[in-house]
Amino acid sequence: MPLDSRILDKFRAVVGRGLITEDSQLHTYECDGLTNFRVLPQAVLLPTSTEEVQAIVRICQREKIPFVARGSGTGLSGGALPVEKGIVISLARMNRILEVDLPNARMVVEPGVINADVTQRVAPHGYFYAPDPSSQSVCSIGGNVAENSGGAHCLKYGFTTTHVLALEVVLPDGSIVHLGSRTLDRPGYDLPGIFVGSEGTLGIATKIVLRIVKKPAVIQTLLAAFNSTEEAGAAVSGIIGAGMLPAAIEMMDNLAIQAAEASVHAGYPNCGGLLLVELDGPAAEVEHLIDEVGKICTQCGAWEIRVAQSEAERAVVWKGRKAAFAAMGHISPNYIVQDGVIPRTALPKVLSEMERMSAAQGLRVANVFHAGDGNLHPLVLYDGRIPGQEERAMELSIDILRLCVKCGGSITGEHGVGEEKKSMMPEMFAEPDLETMQLVRCAFDPEHLANPGKVFPRTRLCAERTGPYHPHPLEAAGVAQFF
Amino acid sequence: MDAAWSDLQALVGAENMRAATAEDAVDGVVPQMVIEPGGAEEVAGVLKIATGAGLAVIPRGGRTKMDWGNLLRNSERSGTLILSTSRLNRVVEHAWGDMTATVEAGCTFQRVQETLAQHGQRLALDPLWPEQATIGGILATNDTGPLRVRFGSLRDLIIGITLALPDGTLAKSGGKVVKNVAGYDLPKLATGSLGTLGIITQTIFRLHPVPRETRTLSFSTADGAAANALVLAIQDCNIVPTGVQIRAASSAMPEVDLRFEGTAPGCEAQIEQTLRICSGARRVEPPENVWNARSELWSGTESLIVCKFTLLPAELGTFLTSIRKLSEALQWSWRLVAQSVGVGYLRLDGGNSGNVVSALQNLREELESRGGSLVLLRCPLAIKSKIDVWGSAGDALPLMRNIKAQFDPEGVLNPGRFIGGI
Ligand SMILES: Cc1cc2nc3c(=O)[nH]c(=O)nc-3n(C[C@H](O)[C@H](O)[C@H](O)COP(=O)(O)OP(=O)(O)OC[C@H]3O[C@@H](n4cnc5c(N)ncnc54)[C@H](O)[C@@H]3O)c2cc1C
Repeated sequence: MPLDSRILDKFRAVVGRGLITEDSQLHTYECDGLTNFRVLPQAVLLPTSTEEVQAIVRICQREKIPFVARGSGTGLSGGALPVEKGIVISLARMNRILEVDLPNARMVVEPGVINADVTQRVAPHGYFYAPDPSSQSVCSIGGNVAENSGGAHCLKYGFTTTHVLALEVVLPDGSIVHLGSRTLDRPGYDLPGIFVGSEGTLGIATKIVLRIVKKPAVIQTLLAAFNSTEEAGAAVSGIIGAGMLPAAIEMMDNLAIQAAEASVHAGYPNCGGLLLVELDGPAAEVEHLIDEVGKICTQCGAWEIRVAQSEAERAVVWKGRKAAFAAMGHISPNYIVQDGVIPRTALPKVLSEMERMSAAQGLRVANVFHAGDGNLHPLVLYDGRIPGQEERAMELSIDILRLCVKCGGSITGEHGVGEEKKSMMPEMFAEPDLETMQLVRCAFDPEHLANPGKVFPRTRLCAERTGPYHPHPLEAAGVAQFF
Repeated sequence: MDAAWSDLQALVGAENMRAATAEDAVDGVVPQMVIEPGGAEEVAGVLKIATGAGLAVIPRGGRTKMDWGNLLRNSERSGTLILSTSRLNRVVEHAWGDMTATVEAGCTFQRVQETLAQHGQRLALDPLWPEQATIGGILATNDTGPLRVRFGSLRDLIIGITLALPDGTLAKSGGKVVKNVAGYDLPKLATGSLGTLGIITQTIFRLHPVPRETRTLSFSTADGAAANALVLAIQDCNIVPTGVQIRAASSAMPEVDLRFEGTAPGCEAQIEQTLRICSGARRVEPPENVWNARSELWSGTESLIVCKFTLLPAELGTFLTSIRKLSEALQWSWRLVAQSVGVGYLRLDGGNSGNVVSALQNLREELESRGGSLVLLRCPLAIKSKIDVWGSAGDALPLMRNIKAQFDPEGVLNPGRFIGGI
């Protein structure tokens, strides 16, 4: 049932032409990057300011209309999937970079700013924004914040959460609050820490203070070809064991290499396991260590090693890796991307087990990993036209996640739980764990209006727990009103 | 009440419970009991009984920072219990191949570090008083040292946690892998929460290698502005120190310390580059234990005041000037150690001059007006009863209260000691 016209009028009064209700246009918003889940929203609103977001959320609060925030819609877990009877609030028009503060290495941005634009803005001054999801040319900072997105270089530099210092947030009750501060260690609970990665369930970020990082003096990328992923995995352990912390360590198996070659011709050697190791830092340090990396790779069986030195050479080497997901389209009509994490030492075991599982289901699995931090992206290839294959592919991808959990890992390293993996949460967490996490939800959004039904398999009913108000002793004594 | 004591005794054993003495006092309040549960389940059990009996519970680790926080508000509770984590003292697992470690909350930092060093690894953190301070206490107070310029603070190192809640729930969050976004990030929420949401029983950290080489160099600078300029110049070039701090005092010129870690050639090359950048400053011999300068701020007299301050890195120089003016007017002596990331520690020795409180408030206002903060870590009780040690939580205070109300609706854990009287 569509929203009644009284409510639509209220929305229109806030955003004017930024209100979409036409079915044909609404379809654009019915899913995110995970296209097998679709729900048509009641309406899509495109606010242009914090005040407009606040006005929209207030209406939602009064009318008990659930809302889903949306950035660029590239999420891979159904996080921005609309909810029944709900609206979508797209932050795409709030895309201004508000402030660049180089002496303090801070930037203030609106949530709709595209990830790559942040770095582009400060690159001329020798700075960059470290979290670099492969989708960086299209995904938004708001989406990154919600998913705590990672990228190849997070092994050394940390994930989104390390780089978000403060946020302005519209809470589900319509109030505006400021979490964290431009300075570090704001007294009180670490609210940015809990908001980042909350997948749109705690409110809508409307301003974000980011930390930017000085570009390293030197970056070198080494590419090594091995006969197998086992050998490549041993080299990863060797590098870490030698006490190095590379900026990135990425691995691809033969199927992933074939796909990358077919799509972007990165010039990768045709091998069983390919490793990309990037070192950055002071020149003397990097030059010394890249030799060591090369030696370790050779010892582990690498038969070809190339070191990309120039920016152009590096770009070519990375091109194949960054295009790996999309490249699957060249070797398979359909595929499912997964996002499991394992302790790095479990890699050989998990790989051989995955091989067995893929043979048993008769489906190919290509592997692209952030090998340094154990984040696997198995791509389960299938043909949706063949009856039953899609189901088998789903089953296989879920079984792979189970395997990750069994080995002490996680069901998601960076794509989030969203709609897709909420039913897997109990495999990783016990009931009390999930109930406890939801206490946070109850504190932020007791009525479950912000992206309801995501992340958790069951919704905790929020007890009215305001607690007795205790005036601070100083407040009571009339000495002070600090808070 | 007696029923509660006997229930507690039945749970943990008589030998792990005793009446508290003056030595156990927290800011002058002597609790009734000290209890030392033997594991996470027992911690949860103790909390459940204490909650049922209307007790207040003060979690305690290595007793090094028990005076951090506001005065305890236990008047509405039927009694007060210190819950010591001293028996939760194991390094449960060092998965060195994965560079993670699982550690119980009561384990001292030094013990953890010694265990990890056996495989050439470390928790890249340099907290105060590592011989006594426990992992749980370090986390609850979010205590980080100069290494954070390179490795981040506790929130960047912790990947998993087990919390015992007042209702007896034992809840895990995070996990054993460095990269993990399944569910809300409770390890971060617990970090710096001063034990007001739950008692940390176990933690999991990501680790870093012990550096191959370490080098330190120090410079003497003309004044605060020059020291600040030097630190900013270092930040704005692409050398990567693992420690950058300013030491300053009423009686001396500010000095800047830099630490480099890595390969020998890497360290040497960075030192050379640093010397070029700092050609205007005079190189001096670093004092012994220079990277412990922070802990030395606490040494000595009773009337001591130690504050933690935060500000934007580019405002360190201005702040130094303010301190100098303020202390001259009040005839205080002062010393401070500030990390380049904008976190510092200030010691004031001023006797009991009457206007200390208002001077601290002015200083705090100046910092808060630019997004910073001033937190009193140590001060005489007479001062603590006149000032909130934390300062303002801004418009997020209601949200913080909601969180507290969800986790600890009855106000069992450390009542009143946290920000805004939480
Ligand atoms: C080809 C491809 C490659 C990818 N590679 C990576 C990768 O390397 N690493 C990685 O981590 N991810 C990767 N992703 C996943 C995705 O790009 C990230 O999750 C990204 O952060 C999503 O951003 P978005 O703007 O598209 O958000 P959306 O998909 O629009 O939304 C994602 C979530 O954020 C919430 N949200 C959006 N804006 C706000 C806001 N302002 N306030 C509160 N909540 C908000 C939404 O409700 C939703 O739950 C990839 C995706 C694709 C398609």
